[in-house]
Amino acid sequence: MKIEEFLTHTSEWLKGTGPSANIVMSSRIRLARNLAKAPFPSRSTKKDLETTLTQVEKALGHIPFLKGAAFFRMNELDQVDRQLLVERHLMSHEHASNPDGKGLLVSVEEIVSIMINEEDHLRIQVMLSGLNLTKSWDIINTIDDTLSKEIDFAFLEDWGYLTSCPTNTGTAMRGSVMMHLPALVMTKQINKVLAAISKLSFASRGFYGEGTQASGNFYQISNQVSLGHSELDIIQNINGLIRQVIEQEEQARQALLLQNRPMLEDKICRCWGLLKTARIISSQEAIELFSMVRLGIDTGILKDVSHKAVNELFIMIQPAHLQKIEAKKLNAFERDTKRAAVIRQKLVPRLD
Amino acid sequence: MQCDICGKKKATVHLTEIVDEQMSEMHLCEECARQKSVQMEQQFGLADLLAGLSQAAPTTKETKEGALKCAGCGLNYEDFRKFGRLGCSQCYVSFSEHLAGLLRKIHGSNRHLGKAPYAFKAQVPAAVGTSAALLPSDNLEDLKKQLHGAIAAEDFEKAATLRDKIRALENS
Repeated sequence: MKIEEFLTHTSEWLKGTGPSANIVMSSRIRLARNLAKAPFPSRSTKKDLETTLTQVEKALGHIPFLKGAAFFRMNELDQVDRQLLVERHLMSHEHASNPDGKGLLVSVEEIVSIMINEEDHLRIQVMLSGLNLTKSWDIINTIDDTLSKEIDFAFLEDWGYLTSCPTNTGTAMRGSVMMHLPALVMTKQINKVLAAISKLSFASRGFYGEGTQASGNFYQISNQVSLGHSELDIIQNINGLIRQVIEQEEQARQALLLQNRPMLEDKICRCWGLLKTARIISSQEAIELFSMVRLGIDTGILKDVSHKAVNELFIMIQPAHLQKIEAKKLNAFERDTKRAAVIRQKLVPRLD
Repeated sequence: MQCDICGKKKATVHLTEIVDEQMSEMHLCEECARQKSVQMEQQFGLADLLAGLSQAAPTTKETKEGALKCAGCGLNYEDFRKFGRLGCSQCYVSFSEHLAGLLRKIHGSNRHLGKAPYAFKAQVPAAVGTSAALLPSDNLEDLKKQLHGAIAAEDFEKAATLRDKIRALENS
């Protein structure tokens, strides 16, 4: 598969389907796995990495669910291509910035992606639209079981799966849910909710992952603890927490509509107008406007636009995507111009 | 919008920090953002956290500890404390004494209750299900009373173990 083909595909997790898709954009489960007999990537030689990469690639070829998947060797891609894979949430910044000996598998519809030789030998990720952790777990669990028949994973009965960083030891599982919480932000309740979440040993991050700020009212909530609970217990805990946050967000939305519907309508329609007409736009501004448009769709205030269209824009307006669409390098100003054009093209029906 | 730090270049990176429920925003140019992120890593690096945690753990052989090495990959325990990353699966065995305390501090437990690899399952059939049934007090009511006691005493680890036993019994 060529990198350019991603531009014409929509990842499953962006489709805006799945349970509670109005508030939960996507669910993701990640498992870390290491080979029992090879040093972890950080202490591997180039030759070790190459051996691991070849062995894992071969084993992945035998998994029915991954039929038709694309496989990339990071050092065969240029910097923009690698950045594009990061922007699609298929791999980490770390995987892109230090490409030697690293690989990536991407399944059809981008449901499964597997980083090879990142911090751990394998980082398997399954991502689905809506609140869908249990289904994600079923998929990832099957892949992991099949793989463990071919690869001897580092595992101890007492401590579970052994990972490079002890914060992942045990299940080596991280479940995370991307939530859109504009009404909790507007009613100034969000900090209370986030504080409660962190007290329960869950972490919250921004849309673009670790170390990014929460922009456009998007919050990614995930478990911190990976040892001492079964995978299904952890998933149940996250689901329980997420359902409470969904309920709070829904109540806040109702309150906003009841108290001041005209104000909310005005705000949403102005944002919609800006997106359809702007000629220069930063990603920060675009994301904030997308957030309002999403709220407009959810509340029935906007009817001519779908979740899918807005979700796709979140991905398309990032630097590497814009440069791939334009097929050349763009500076910050050129990107802002191209971004506005991409948005208009998507949201305004052509007259011709 | 100009960069909050240098005040010269255009701000393209926007950072929100939440500290004690107080939100603050910073708008930075790419260059200043890079410097800031290095600073933040230095301030809040996982390695520091781990180092802090393992210092807090009781250190029995203070003098020998520096020389502790992994038999598999040769990683120094001192380097693990500095960088927070283990070198191979064997490190877990070589440093087991220290890691037992560290894992408990991070996760609140140091006993794996999740799945096992295929080969491992084949060797040890139904390990979790039987261990609860073999215990002397497998009376469901007794266990439930103990669970309430443990919750009241805020001994959550004991409570979790009891809860799992109760579940195993109820499901058997």
